[in-house]
Amino acid sequence: MPADHIERLRREGRIVIVGASLAGLRAAETLRAEGFAGDLTLIGDEPHEPYDRPPLSKSALLGVASPLRTQLPRRREIDAKWRLGVAATGLDLAAKRVRLADGDEVEYDRLLIATGVRARPWFKEEEARLDGVCVLRTREDAADLARRLRAGPRRVFVIGAGFAGSEVASACREMGLPVSMAERAGAPLVGALGGVVGSVAADLATEHGVDLRTHVTVTALEGDTVGRVRAVHLSDESVVEADVVVVSLGSLRNTEWLTGSGLGAGPRGVACDAGCRAFDFRGIVTDDVFVAGDVARSPHALFGYQFLSLEHWGNAVAQAETAAHNMICDGADRRPHLWMPAFWSSMFGVNIKSVGVPPMGEQLMITQGSLAERRFVGVYGHQGRIVAAVTFDNARWLEFYQRQIERGAPFPVEFPTLDRRPEGRQPVPAGFPDPSLPTHGPMVTLSGYSPADQQLVFHPSRH
Amino acid sequence: MRLVVDLNKCQGYAQCAFLAPDVFAMHGEESLLYDPRPEEEQRERVARAVAACPVRAITADGLDRAGASQGASDAR
Amino acid sequence: MPHASLARRITDFGNRANPYPLYAELRRTPVLHEEEDGPYLISSYYDIEALLHDPRISSDATNLAAAGADGPGGPEETGGLPPSFLRLDPPEHDRLRRIANTGFGPPHRPRRIEGMRGAMREIVTELIDGFGDARRVDLVDQFAYPFPVTVICRLLGVPREDEPTFRTWVDPLVASLDPEKRPGGGQEAEYRQSAQEARMRLGMYLSGLVEERAREPRDDLLSDLVNSRGPDGAMTMMEVLSTSVLLLIAGHETTVNLITNGMLTLLRHPEVLGRLRADPGLSVPVVEELLRYEPPVQLVPQRTCITDIEVRGVTIPKGSRIWLMLAAGNRDPERFEDPDRFDPDRRDIRHLGFGSGIHSCFGAPLARLETQIALSELARRLENPRLVEDPPPYRENAVLRGPRHLDVAFDGLR
Repeated sequence: MPADHIERLRREGRIVIVGASLAGLRAAETLRAEGFAGDLTLIGDEPHEPYDRPPLSKSALLGVASPLRTQLPRRREIDAKWRLGVAATGLDLAAKRVRLADGDEVEYDRLLIATGVRARPWFKEEEARLDGVCVLRTREDAADLARRLRAGPRRVFVIGAGFAGSEVASACREMGLPVSMAERAGAPLVGALGGVVGSVAADLATEHGVDLRTHVTVTALEGDTVGRVRAVHLSDESVVEADVVVVSLGSLRNTEWLTGSGLGAGPRGVACDAGCRAFDFRGIVTDDVFVAGDVARSPHALFGYQFLSLEHWGNAVAQAETAAHNMICDGADRRPHLWMPAFWSSMFGVNIKSVGVPPMGEQLMITQGSLAERRFVGVYGHQGRIVAAVTFDNARWLEFYQRQIERGAPFPVEFPTLDRRPEGRQPVPAGFPDPSLPTHGPMVTLSGYSPADQQLVFHPSRH
Repeated sequence: MRLVVDLNKCQGYAQCAFLAPDVFAMHGEESLLYDPRPEEEQRERVARAVAACPVRAITADGLDRAGASQGASDAR
Repeated sequence: MPHASLARRITDFGNRANPYPLYAELRRTPVLHEEEDGPYLISSYYDIEALLHDPRISSDATNLAAAGADGPGGPEETGGLPPSFLRLDPPEHDRLRRIANTGFGPPHRPRRIEGMRGAMREIVTELIDGFGDARRVDLVDQFAYPFPVTVICRLLGVPREDEPTFRTWVDPLVASLDPEKRPGGGQEAEYRQSAQEARMRLGMYLSGLVEERAREPRDDLLSDLVNSRGPDGAMTMMEVLSTSVLLLIAGHETTVNLITNGMLTLLRHPEVLGRLRADPGLSVPVVEELLRYEPPVQLVPQRTCITDIEVRGVTIPKGSRIWLMLAAGNRDPERFEDPDRFDPDRRDIRHLGFGSGIHSCFGAPLARLETQIALSELARRLENPRLVEDPPPYRENAVLRGPRHLDVAFDGLR
């Protein structure tokens, strides 16, 4: 009987994907590649076909790519109904219907939620509306920021020194623009990579001429008489004049439309099992609602089955593929999403890559190269095993460390490695901030052990 | 033509930047910058870059030859 | 040699024409250690790939010397030159390779190699025109050797007319890369000495050119090597020389074999040759598949582990020599479907032909471009080409494997 049911689903079922970005597109392609022949609908609140976001904070600002031309290549035809420019506003689990902003309703047999995240806006709405105050998430954001940078502002002010903020600061310096960057923690990238590596990022920024201000928060944005931003007020009572302000305070998960639906969805994302099936609010897994991409939080065997929320490009692709596969399979044919967290960034000419979950590591060893030379491999340890690694301009070694993580290799790293310096013989505290005081955009968030568990309650930042 | 590079896979071998320098550029020793929407006249060069990528990180659509087509699947 | 070890049978000249059955036998024991003090042979694709990215594996000649296998570039036989980056570990390797790259590729010189495309086509056209009215040529001597040599000379800025002179030094150096000629392989002392002397003479020859370029830079790689002053500082004169020797030799020998293996393979697969004739763009996947199917560098015999490592449950003790059998990994059925089939239409040609990791082939973009042009032009211009002798006679070398001669008959030139 179940086999019949699946056969019919594959032949003439209705699948709806909410979220028409990277995860949504790759899921749609996978469904077709695996033989789904029924109705496929993609719903996206942006009026564009799926486009790639990582270039928006790098090549699009530098003029190597046009921010409006980063559409993702297609792996195959997907023969889908596109509902673009219309947001999903509600979900009726019992009736299996998605409500749309234009009043329409779309019925499904299987639903994939891939609504991703959006930029966290500046918390004072009036100040956020000042001309020159920007966020960077969509292609319009990038086009707007690129235009403002090209116009040659007197100073750019970046609020929040996570990856996105640091990448923007890097692009500004490359364009010869004066830039200041404020960070509540002691260094850039602290939430993602810890204070030791963060201090390298701080040196890089400073040496490239960024006016980096740490241990401060922005208290107010000041506008001029015609509504343009003109200055930034900081918690140390200094005032910096700037005509472009980039708010780079991480992201918010797009789950509001699921409020009241009965799904286990909240500010931390939508909880799902290792097979990408969403949990309802009682912690009971659904069997027709799946989740993928930035909006998902799912348990990972390698990291103690803690729920991870990953804002990673590669996770969106891999989770979409797994979710799509599982949507049109039964029981034993399903497979778990066991993707190794991995991300990259690039700033001030340095390539930064990471695997595993660095914020899980209390300790760090520099096993190759040297922090002072900004070329190194750093390994993070947690309870006697390797849980993550980071490289600065040393990407070709990273897959070795990925295998060490996969096999739970012991930490500290006792064996010798090429180019091991005296500084790398002993572990040091990695220098992550207290997790109850989240920094901006850590990109990997440990979010507890049960679908309802939100032991790290995220308080929106109050600057 | 649309293209995307999986920069998790990319290890900075720079083969694409040798073969299609108007589309791919190294930024520093290891970072890659690229134009995701190159002009049609770059098609042949992009196809060469896709085929030469040692880690098969480049996915482009609109390239028809099989051996030079896609980097979407990874056997691992 | 009925009881000879598999390693010895692989390096044995008698098996040069077709080592692939031996590689298949080898893969049955993916980590093979046959003789005490002998090397560990790694033959499966995934293991090779992993070890090429393993920071516990050294390429440093001094580590190899400590493991009891001193080779050229080892401390006693440097010919007065320090080891090249091929035989160094980070950070020295990285520094020298970065400086060498400033004159060769992106980000500093992204168009230097691509910019030689037109010149390469001209050289190829001239060489094929030079076949004249002959209806039979030795493709090695008349094409596959002179072409890359002319290109590397032009790139480095070495006068082409000096080639007969430095060839007498290059040959023994290349021969010394052959593990058969290394300790345990007989003829040891003789090869050592001639390699050492050849390296020294080649270095002396190049030092004359390098000094000229230091005084009067030109638009060539030697000028860039000696005058580069980036964040890594300058190379010492000795480093410039050992890097130049490396580039000259590597630019010489490997592409010859890639082109020759390529034409041999195409002549054995006339349907692919026919398609290539009609569509020069097919040369792109053809060359990638060749790098898998008949790689010019068959194995990397110069690695040691700096600590005990475990591969497939086998512990390889610290200091052991490791041979990474690239050509065996390229035909690993665990990785490639129907691996013994030459098929440029494969969707997934991720070969080990240029190695991988930090030592991945420096000259790969040059070799690719040269071979693509060479094969597509040969396919286009030779009328009804056919092999005179199959298999052709091979070079002795087991590492840099390829035919010594490739006699090809044809009906005329287009």
